[in-house]
Amino acid sequence: MMKPVLSVRNLEVEFVTRRATLRAINGVSFDIAKGEVLGVVGESGAGKSVTGLAVIGLIDPPGRISAGEIELSGTRIDHLPPEEIRRIRGKRIGMIFQDPLTSLNPLYRIGDQIIETIRTHTNLSETAARRRAIDLLAEVGIPAPERRIDGYPHEFSGGMRQRVVIALAICAEPELIIADEPTTALDVSVQAQIIALIKRLGRDHGTAVMLVTHDMGVIAETCDRVAVMYSGRIAEIGPVQEVVRNPLHPYAKGLMGAIPTLAGEDKRLVQIPGSMPRLSAIPRGCPFNPRCAFAFDRCHVDRPEPITQGTQAVACHLFEPAETAA
Amino acid sequence: MLAFTLRRVLQAIGVMLAVGVIAFAMFRFAGDPVSQIVSIDTSAAERASIRKSLGLDDPVLVQFAHYFINAVQFKFGISYQFRLPVSSLLMERLPATMELAICATLFAMVFGILMGVYSALRRDTVLAKLFQAISLIGISLPTFLIGILLIYLFAVTLGWLPSFGRGEVVKLGWWSTGLLTVSGLKALIMPAITLGLFQMTLIMRLVRAEMLEVLRTDYIRFARARGLTTRAIHFGHALKNTLVPVITVAGLQFGSVIAFSIITETVFQWPGMGLLFVQAVQNVDIPIMAAYLLMVSLIFVTINLVVDILYTVVDPRLRATVGRAA
Amino acid sequence: MSDAVVPHRNAQVSRAGAGWFRRALDSDIFYSFRRSKLTMVAAAITVLFFLLAIFASWLAVQNPFDPAQLQLINSRISPLWTADGQSPFLLGTDEQGRDVFSAILYGMRISLAVGIAGVIFAGALGIGLGLIAGYFGGVADSVIMRIADVQLTFPAILIALLVNGVAKSLLGNRLDEMSTLAVLVIAIGLSFWVQYARTVRGSVMVEKNKDYVAAAQLIGLPAPKIMLRHVLPNTMGPILVIATINLALAIITEATLSFLGAGMPDTMPSLGTLIRIGNNYLFAGEWWIVAFPGIALAGLILSINLLGDWLRDALNPKLR
Repeated sequence: MMKPVLSVRNLEVEFVTRRATLRAINGVSFDIAKGEVLGVVGESGAGKSVTGLAVIGLIDPPGRISAGEIELSGTRIDHLPPEEIRRIRGKRIGMIFQDPLTSLNPLYRIGDQIIETIRTHTNLSETAARRRAIDLLAEVGIPAPERRIDGYPHEFSGGMRQRVVIALAICAEPELIIADEPTTALDVSVQAQIIALIKRLGRDHGTAVMLVTHDMGVIAETCDRVAVMYSGRIAEIGPVQEVVRNPLHPYAKGLMGAIPTLAGEDKRLVQIPGSMPRLSAIPRGCPFNPRCAFAFDRCHVDRPEPITQGTQAVACHLFEPAETAA
Repeated sequence: MLAFTLRRVLQAIGVMLAVGVIAFAMFRFAGDPVSQIVSIDTSAAERASIRKSLGLDDPVLVQFAHYFINAVQFKFGISYQFRLPVSSLLMERLPATMELAICATLFAMVFGILMGVYSALRRDTVLAKLFQAISLIGISLPTFLIGILLIYLFAVTLGWLPSFGRGEVVKLGWWSTGLLTVSGLKALIMPAITLGLFQMTLIMRLVRAEMLEVLRTDYIRFARARGLTTRAIHFGHALKNTLVPVITVAGLQFGSVIAFSIITETVFQWPGMGLLFVQAVQNVDIPIMAAYLLMVSLIFVTINLVVDILYTVVDPRLRATVGRAA
Repeated sequence: MSDAVVPHRNAQVSRAGAGWFRRALDSDIFYSFRRSKLTMVAAAITVLFFLLAIFASWLAVQNPFDPAQLQLINSRISPLWTADGQSPFLLGTDEQGRDVFSAILYGMRISLAVGIAGVIFAGALGIGLGLIAGYFGGVADSVIMRIADVQLTFPAILIALLVNGVAKSLLGNRLDEMSTLAVLVIAIGLSFWVQYARTVRGSVMVEKNKDYVAAAQLIGLPAPKIMLRHVLPNTMGPILVIATINLALAIITEATLSFLGAGMPDTMPSLGTLIRIGNNYLFAGEWWIVAFPGIALAGLILSINLLGDWLRDALNPKLR
């Protein structure tokens, strides 16, 4: 079997503060294969963005990767020296941030920003880089790229700016793109176009995509597989159709919009009661236990490990094999 | 753009008119112009005729119009102490003050920016902390104390530099310069440092704060995610964005530097406009005070205007908003 | 504790006031105070300087303003620890036989008095104008704020010098020591009112649109009076910070004016006057006449600035 493009094993990220050490990511593992789009979904603060930043090596002090391994096409990249991980960023891993309005330096022409990135990672000459920049702008769907390349960011609309940001992320043909809420800051009408663009790029270039979002609609439409995160852990991971149609973890069920009551009759729920615990107050056992309708004694004591259920994996004691659960 | 410029010019003229009213009020009402011209034993009749010949019996508005028309032609009356036209006294001393102020500003900008950038990028080093301490002392030590300290060290104790005056000057037309002789340059060192020190600490604090602010922005994070080198991020992206506001402030401060040169010129007996002004205050030479106020205001207002217009040229975003507004 | 102290009649005010007070006394401010050794040292030095100034007449070996107490035989004595030092002149004497240490104590008293009075005057003027501008808006607002804008671009020292020159011209020979002092206070007040006015105006504008003001007007209560009870407690923190930093600036301004010969006269010297006098003896090698007043002035300003910086950070974390 082919090595996955990205392989994350037991990742832990900590933030050391004056009062305490907070664990933002706690034992996260997942793979993304070539050409695959993995959606990472969860409430804000669940650790989605931190996971993305950890992969690309942008966790700044006081944060740090405290345990686990990150492999990119078989090579470990989680504790490379700053200069080496810098060479990987933008070249082998591209990143797209949430807000295209603030992602581009307002004082530089967009062409200069693209050319600068291309020339950082390749040996292209100034003119060759410029030609490539124009091609890239055309590829991400910017009309009249030969003219627009000399524009300043403020001359572009939000959607167009996000296209420029995407062009910047793919300009060195990376193996992996991490898109952190790429559509959240955009108009609804533009969101679909950007999603389609990311999907097309992934397909055309065989790029693996890690798509961080809290929008289940985007996930269902775009992704091959999905990981549901809660309190710095993966609650459930699996093929997107399975997880959407048949979520196993109680939290994933809540997230998908339907959760069966104990009486047995199906009832639509607007929201899951309560809110995600703060990092400083994660309960013992399963972090979801205060909000879980099915929580039993063990949930308050033991931390559930991922259990394989067909194509899905779920971190919930309800799915423990009978002999250990009893 | 044109409408914007026009509006700013009109505002500047308004400010100058307001200052003109104050200068006129000082000239006319604070101190009797007649008693300053005549001797004690001049008869009342003679005084009255002088009053009439000076136009002091005209309605106040007419007098203001006279004063204003004269002021526009750089005629500010006769100095009480020197019995010479104020304008020629000021013009004679303008080059000394301008040379001092320009050198002080250059000194302040070069060292302020260097120290500010260093203490922003290497925040926790000993040198950065030292710079912070220097900046606090620079703000807390009155200018004249710094001047006295420098004189004591380099003139009295070490005997390296002259403690007063401009050294040898060379005439270039009506402009007298001390920049072309060794003694002139030596005489400039201490006054320029004394005058520039406060601005230097100001610029340093501003550069540090701005740079730290810029380094936290999304576009810097995105620049890192693109794998740009640290050098390109710090000195290309961050510095350029930092310097726009810094240069604006430094430019606006140039007027203050000229005003603050009053103190430095007194300490070093530098033959500039500031020294003339202080002597005028000590000897109640109202025409010089009023004229100095007008001159400094003119410099202030002009700089403000130029900086405002330049700012729109430097910052493409502003250019756009101004363009739209116009 | 604060609830018990505050009288009941002003329950509304006291809650806002006490809220701020309690917040101020709450862990954060004392935490930051205790954490910063530098601030503690600065506070100690500031208190020490204030005490020295207040008790100057008890601590000084002579009254440096009383010519009868000065003896020329004691002139130009170097500090006590040098070879030519003489007791009781700890820091030496100047050319009139004036004890430098005593002169510093008295001079500090003048410097602090002018500085504090100047800050109070500037604060009263600025708060008053800020309230007017914020409450009435319209023409009053734009006139006051336009003046503030223009004045803010001019350095305080220039304004103070001009005020001083005009006062000298108007008063002429009638300008004695006390009226010079008053002129300095006015000059400083007129130079530093802008920041207070801006802060208060902003706060008034925020309060003006709140429901309770409309409610008060509806039931016929005097709205301005009620607003004042809300606005002033809300702006206390920022005003205290501005006042502290302005105190340092006011002392610098006074010292500078006096140094330039446009401030306190030789007969009633402030620290700035002492430095101007002492500066004349620097070339003769009599460094102590200028050095010690200079050190005293620098130490005073530095400590007040450090206190102001800390106060700003502690009271308003947003400014950090």
